[in-house]
Amino acid sequence: MKYDIVLCGVGGQGGISVSVVIARAAMAAGLDVKQSEVHGMSQRGGEVLAHLRMSDKPVASPIIPRASADLILAFEPLEALRYVPWLRKGGAIVTATAPLKNMTNYPDPDAVVAELRKIPGAVLVDADALAKEAGNARAANVALVGAAAKYLPLEASALEAAIKDLFARKGDAVVDANLRAFEHGRRANP
Amino acid sequence: MNTETLMGDEAIALGAVHAGLSAAFAYPGTPSTEIMETLQAMAEKGATTADGAKFVAQWCANEKTAYESALGASYAGRRAMVSMKHVGLNVAADPFVNSALIRIHGGLVVVVADDPGMHSSQDEQDSRALAAFARMPCFEPADQQEAYDMTLEAFEFSEKHEVPVLVRITTRLAHSRAVVKVAAKGRAQNPVDKAPQDMSWILMPAVARKRWKALLGKQADFRAYAEERSTLAAASKKLGVVTAGLALQYYRENLEDFVAAEGEAPSHLHIGHYPIPAGKLRELCANVEKVLVIEDGYPVVEEALRGVLPTPIPVLGKMSGELPLDGELNPDLVRAALGLPEREGVPAPGLPPPGRPPQLCVGCPHADSFAALKEALLEYPTHAVNSDIGCYTLGALAPYNAIESCVDMGASIGMARGAAEAGLRPTVAIIGDSTFYHSGMSNLVDAVSHGTNTTVYILDNQTTGMTGAQPTIAPSSRLKDLVIGLGVDPAHVRVLDAHKRSHEASVKAIKEELAHPGPSVVIGVRVCIEAYKKERAK
Repeated sequence: MKYDIVLCGVGGQGGISVSVVIARAAMAAGLDVKQSEVHGMSQRGGEVLAHLRMSDKPVASPIIPRASADLILAFEPLEALRYVPWLRKGGAIVTATAPLKNMTNYPDPDAVVAELRKIPGAVLVDADALAKEAGNARAANVALVGAAAKYLPLEASALEAAIKDLFARKGDAVVDANLRAFEHGRRANP
Repeated sequence: MNTETLMGDEAIALGAVHAGLSAAFAYPGTPSTEIMETLQAMAEKGATTADGAKFVAQWCANEKTAYESALGASYAGRRAMVSMKHVGLNVAADPFVNSALIRIHGGLVVVVADDPGMHSSQDEQDSRALAAFARMPCFEPADQQEAYDMTLEAFEFSEKHEVPVLVRITTRLAHSRAVVKVAAKGRAQNPVDKAPQDMSWILMPAVARKRWKALLGKQADFRAYAEERSTLAAASKKLGVVTAGLALQYYRENLEDFVAAEGEAPSHLHIGHYPIPAGKLRELCANVEKVLVIEDGYPVVEEALRGVLPTPIPVLGKMSGELPLDGELNPDLVRAALGLPEREGVPAPGLPPPGRPPQLCVGCPHADSFAALKEALLEYPTHAVNSDIGCYTLGALAPYNAIESCVDMGASIGMARGAAEAGLRPTVAIIGDSTFYHSGMSNLVDAVSHGTNTTVYILDNQTTGMTGAQPTIAPSSRLKDLVIGLGVDPAHVRVLDAHKRSHEASVKAIKEELAHPGPSVVIGVRVCIEAYKKERAK
């Protein structure tokens, strides 16, 4: 068993940090894990990308080969589109729908969404709305993980444990809001 | 043994502590920054070496000062590490090359993080080539486990052979995480024990000639060690594969498919230690019909293998076009080089997504500084704005279009000065506070000494911003006095509020200094938005 995830978004969205939730849950399940991300200048409002690989055998490359990702988890729709070449046939895309237009040549957002809808296995989620419903607008990323939970080779309880672990130092209110966001996400893509 | 999930940078930091590190020095630079950040975070939490002793972990003004501090710690008999990004090694090149000649006392490990693909750099130079230039041994880990293990090994090797060891990593290893087995208990620190007074640290010509001979004499031992530590697995006679460092993982990623297609695995030599193990390379090549070299960065091994005379078997790699000469290696490029077909994915979207370039944060003080400068320069159709390394390099892009050059740390002031001396006026040097402390001050001294008609605009955001807001080596409050101390006329040292609310005053002050026929310094002060957020989150 191997499972490869491309996580993508825009610098400053803080999206990539949720890859830790999935990585910790995978390690708790006894899988080998490699995770790769980009730092530095490219973090400043540009594209940000993390690769997360898990397997019951040792993982070799920290980078996912093209056409092999089982899941693209995107925090912004144009970024989802950018990494489609990494998706394997039959793989899933779970993407937030809110465009982040910090560039002058951002294409028509409807056209971006239309392109994504053409891809079998693409699930478009209003992660911001889910997070607000859960009571914490900043939990959109965790809501998105919830929406992707059914594809992951991990138990929901393991993901919840990792969420608790990650947010524990921020207090119970933040932990609870994130657990609710995760649950709202799961319900959005049952 | 414990297991931890570590980035390559973290694995090196932990390896150093477990090796009995006494002192580490660095200047921030992507992708090496997290080595020092990890050491400092450990020290802050009270981490010690096995003997319960604390270790020193300090940011320095630049890579050269960091390197020299590490040399001093080695002279004192203690284990020292200096870490930097690849271009930082250029700054530290003087102590780096000479340190190979002295009789290293406490183990000295030089960690250099290369950035093939230039994720966050001005070039993609390969530090293995600089290690060879300095006749210094180089270790190149293939994963996070080796990053940890080789750091310990490098300290041992350094003390045994009385030579610094360069540990070369790349961005992808530095910034990816994997599970690492680490020692439960490390080694104690060396006691303070000054280097023997045998002239071996005094590189005056008569001594240096002897030390150079000594270094050349050690090469056979270095090479023998690299031969012993590289691994050769004979298999197919049709193809031999050489991998170096992290490239091993891209090869492994494709091996199963290769075996399925070809029926057998290639013969394989993996190199993690330099100087290049020429004997093992000859042994591999004697038994295969052709050889493919897979390495990230320059074709260092491939070039050595080719030499200048015809090779008895075809050598494939970056120089023959099987792999690209530039950019970062990845599993797909290696797949193609192995002759495997592309994986078939989903059809490409009909809408090619335009790139999303990095940009200054919302509310960044640099944006306001650029606005003031551009307005002040309006009355000069001909002018030069030379800039430097930092977030403000993004001032080259729209909507700012405010800077015209970015070459190396500190070059802004030197270039603006040289252009002015050559008759192009007015010239402005835009430089951040951290870059000014790193390499700007000596250029400003030149400008003062020659009375150059140029204006230095220091963007003082009170941090090293681009690498994630590390503290600068001097506080903002001392910058003005420092500039005056370097000899700039106090009447032409202006401190501005780098904020929209002070736009008119800033434009006026910059105009006045542009009109001043000698050296002038304008300091735009406002804390970096990221540093502010980071401080508040504490």
